[in-house]
Amino acid sequence: MNKQISSNQERYLNPYLGGVLLGLLVILTVYITGRGLGASGAIKSAVVTTSNIIAPYETQQNGYMGRFVSDDHSPMYNWLVFESLGVLLGGLLSGLLFGRVKKFRIDKGPKITNKKRLIFAVIGGILFGFGSQFGRGCTSGAALSGSATFALGGVIAMFAIFGSGYLFAYFFRKLWI
Amino acid sequence: MGPLIPNGIIPAGWDFVIAILLGIVFGFLLEASGFSSSRNLAGVFYGYNFVVLRVFFTAVIVAMTGLLYFDYLGWIDLSKIFILPTFLGPMIFGGIIMGIGFVMGGFCPGTSFTAIAIGKLDGLFFTIGLFIGIYIFSLAFPLFEKFYTSGNLGNVTLTDVTGIPASWFAAAFTVIALAAFWGTMFIEKKVRKNIKEYKF
Repeated sequence: MNKQISSNQERYLNPYLGGVLLGLLVILTVYITGRGLGASGAIKSAVVTTSNIIAPYETQQNGYMGRFVSDDHSPMYNWLVFESLGVLLGGLLSGLLFGRVKKFRIDKGPKITNKKRLIFAVIGGILFGFGSQFGRGCTSGAALSGSATFALGGVIAMFAIFGSGYLFAYFFRKLWI
Repeated sequence: MGPLIPNGIIPAGWDFVIAILLGIVFGFLLEASGFSSSRNLAGVFYGYNFVVLRVFFTAVIVAMTGLLYFDYLGWIDLSKIFILPTFLGPMIFGGIIMGIGFVMGGFCPGTSFTAIAIGKLDGLFFTIGLFIGIYIFSLAFPLFEKFYTSGNLGNVTLTDVTGIPASWFAAAFTVIALAAFWGTMFIEKKVRKNIKEYKF
């Protein structure tokens, strides 16, 4: 029998060094801007902007999206949108430095097809995006920056996200192991 | 004294330049730590790779402790920083949904951006999912508007709620994190030994 053995021998930063640097970045961000880092907020701005172009009346009438539309500037003119552009650039920079920028490929567990991986990636994204609105932020904005600034909500989000991940991991184990 | 922009020490016009620069460092650190790979991220839930726990908890305790020192030295006025508001029920509910999304999709929003940057299609599909998910939330908003704004405790910190000083929480989190780093070292070794289809 021919068993395919895939390997994952990439060069990464030592995780504790990476963590210390990330922690220092959170301090620096709070020191300069008075707020933390984020990610899901940028996608929210993209959603509101897209919706406002396609259907401006409905978007402004929408009880949620209407809050983020203003007359004097586009919803894309937002701190988190610029920060997330930076995240893309920084990811690319690190990828180039470590030799990880390659042609399009898919990361997945050894037992599933590419198609199944991509379907679950979309479903996972839908759930994460949906949940992040109730959570007032995602892993970066609520869990990391929130906890770091001792916000009760940040700690709640952190435990809820990781607790739920462990709780439901069993049902999706075939995707990863 | 910080925070610099709210205190007018750096003019607000620099806001977006600083946003891009801080974002670049953020993205660099996420990618360099291995967060651009969904397999690495999902490993935390199955015990074969605890990189998420190591990086995330180290960052939280460094930031907590560092901010307390900044406050102690008078470099930052912690009363002027943004405290994430707490909406009890909605945040627990949202966290649970995000956790399911995490284990199904293998990413969270920031990490999926760095995955796109190095050419991972699963990161792109996850991000498309995020877009769809937030759009669905917006369209369905009238259905759960009441729940969304329920359980509002305001912009409270752990200290506001319990009366226990912030430094105690920083110390407690540090002890918990160190114990977790130590314990997961053994779990990871054991789990990896039992996985044969994959070389670490």
